[in-house]
Amino acid sequence: MPAMRRAMIPLARRRSGGGTVYHDLGNLNLTFFASKKAYDRQRNLKVVTEALRRVCPELDVQATDRFDILLKGHHKISGTASRLSRKSSYHHCTLLHSADRSALSSLLRPSCTGIQSNATPSVPSPVANLTDHAPSLQWEELLEALVQQYNSEFGLTSALTPVSPSDESLFPGVGNMEAELRSWEWTFGKTPKFRVETQLELRDEQLAAGCSAYLHMEVKNGLVESCRMDIPANWLPLRLSSTLSEVLLGERFCPHRAAAALTVFLRSESGQLHRRLCNLCEVLLAVMG
Amino acid sequence: MAAVTRGSFNALRRLLTQQYRRRCFQPQNLRFNRNLKPLASRWDRSPQMFGSRTLRTAVAWRGPIVQFKLSDIGEGIMEVTVKEWYVKEGDKVSQFDSICEVQSDKASVTITSRYDGVIRKLYYDVDGTALVGKPLVDIETESGSELSQEEDVVETPAMAREEHTHQEIKGHKTQATPAVRRLAMENNIKLSEVVGTGKDGRILKEDILNFLAKQTGAILPPTPVFHEIQTPGPAPSTPAATPMSIPAGVKPPPTAPKPVFSGKDVTEPLKGFHKAMVKTMTAALKIPHFGYCDEVDLSRLVLLRSELKTTAERRGVKLSYMPFFIKAASLGLLHFPILNSSLDEGCQNLIYKASHNIGLAMDTSQGLLVPNVKNVQSLSVFEIAQELNRLQALGAAGQLGKSELNEGTFTLSNIGSIGGTYAKPVILPPEVAIGALGKIQ
Repeated sequence: MPAMRRAMIPLARRRSGGGTVYHDLGNLNLTFFASKKAYDRQRNLKVVTEALRRVCPELDVQATDRFDILLKGHHKISGTASRLSRKSSYHHCTLLHSADRSALSSLLRPSCTGIQSNATPSVPSPVANLTDHAPSLQWEELLEALVQQYNSEFGLTSALTPVSPSDESLFPGVGNMEAELRSWEWTFGKTPKFRVETQLELRDEQLAAGCSAYLHMEVKNGLVESCRMDIPANWLPLRLSSTLSEVLLGERFCPHRAAAALTVFLRSESGQLHRRLCNLCEVLLAVMG
Repeated sequence: MAAVTRGSFNALRRLLTQQYRRRCFQPQNLRFNRNLKPLASRWDRSPQMFGSRTLRTAVAWRGPIVQFKLSDIGEGIMEVTVKEWYVKEGDKVSQFDSICEVQSDKASVTITSRYDGVIRKLYYDVDGTALVGKPLVDIETESGSELSQEEDVVETPAMAREEHTHQEIKGHKTQATPAVRRLAMENNIKLSEVVGTGKDGRILKEDILNFLAKQTGAILPPTPVFHEIQTPGPAPSTPAATPMSIPAGVKPPPTAPKPVFSGKDVTEPLKGFHKAMVKTMTAALKIPHFGYCDEVDLSRLVLLRSELKTTAERRGVKLSYMPFFIKAASLGLLHFPILNSSLDEGCQNLIYKASHNIGLAMDTSQGLLVPNVKNVQSLSVFEIAQELNRLQALGAAGQLGKSELNEGTFTLSNIGSIGGTYAKPVILPPEVAIGALGKIQ
């Protein structure tokens, strides 16, 4: 998260399931809209693999039974997610053409260690760009091939039509939908319950002293539900560490919200312990990412 | 539904025979409540049935309860996680209303109701694991409700509109934006019961608020024509209720009954930021305060700023009056460094701070915060304006961090920006002074 903020990369959460995706202009997003009856992910992925084989016959691309597309059997170039409602569905997938791989790996690395939850663990796979193995493949060429293959697979004759997804006149209400998909309430406020259990390393620079403390936090729907810090009483009086825990309760599990609450709290305490409290706050904020 | 007569027993019997014939019903799913005695006493609550929060106890009779099972999602998936419930026990649902969202590891599916009725039981909590083929919810169906088959879906490879913001209620689409829909859901209102006043009958936020006001009897701000808002009260005359006896010769009062306010107190525990504020403000008010007020003629400042404003804008900086005040404060602190100091614990020592880190009170989404401009003594008015813009942008984005919020040495509070003329500010410990600025008049 801190790397994302520094790079000013926006975050949105989609309505279909699955893991986090990094998108830049080198990563193609394909969405197949269909009725629920016509929902067929393998068929859609076949469009992609056949199109790729047409433009670059030497490419060894294969869709897996988990609906990923692998290059040469182990580099992931595409992942899938989908959403079904009563009568309709959509299946979308990525296609790594020429994405920034270093940004991808640094941004998809979890910044908060010590998280435990019942979420499906994310299985990181080695990824590759198509252009790593087929450097001459142009973006436009890829799009054309996909359109052709799509038409051929589904027996259609549609041409490629460019649309602007932010066009309110074409898509009324899209601005509101975008704002909602980026809102805190949707991106973080629906997070299933998770625990943070980690060791905090505290330091008092002036006295060149330090100690370890255990942090146990429970977060539900993005809000701190419980917070316990086992800090030795000779480092900080119990009442201070427990009051600090209380201040975090009910706040978003977010370093900005926590910073605001903690900064205000720090004003109410002064003296020698202030230094140690400041250090504790810093360490806590670092845990939140 | 309001008139429940003896004839309804026959209707009930007819319903049962109809439903036995329908293949959707397994005999063991039918739980018919033979105890119909409470009928009479429930009459007075029946008008509240539509769109009311007391729905749970207000149904006039018990209908047959159907166990709605989680149907096959496909691909051999046997279990899914329940991500979100769109209904809760006691809610009225129509066929095709969204009931919940479930997720397998890559597909997210909206489950919609097959029946009209009232939700009686949810079988899983959020994040619980739901099993395919096992009951998901219990729905108490209304009498005479049609249990139709799923229509054949016409296959179109072209785009099918996602139904997230629409609810099909008996063929009539109810339009509402996600924000309005959420407001309705939070207040337990079914969109089908709200009259939409927007384009094409679209439901607007005002429509939800009006609906809510009618429910709780709250008085809305006066509209051009004043309407008396009345809550649905008990039905005034039913054969079973005691008839109102008006003594002969006494005229009944000509005015309509006084609106009954049925709102309840809401308790909200103090959390996080606000709790910290309580502590800090309490500590702050323990500091003995001395206040001094004055009025200053700012005509020359107003002129100067208007001259510099365009130059600043060309350099990408929005210039308000605050950078001038902040710089002026810093110049003042050079003359009176004691105002830029801090007392240690026990008031043993006075620490004169070298940097003038002047804070500006800001209302942000994180709360009332005081980010500060560091080292104002070394900055020009223009540089202060730049830094202020940056802090304001962070404040607006809810992204002020500890480096912006910590280590302030002096604070200014601009009450004028919200139209105030005078204020009595509170010193923010560990500082020793604070200035409040009123509106330029």
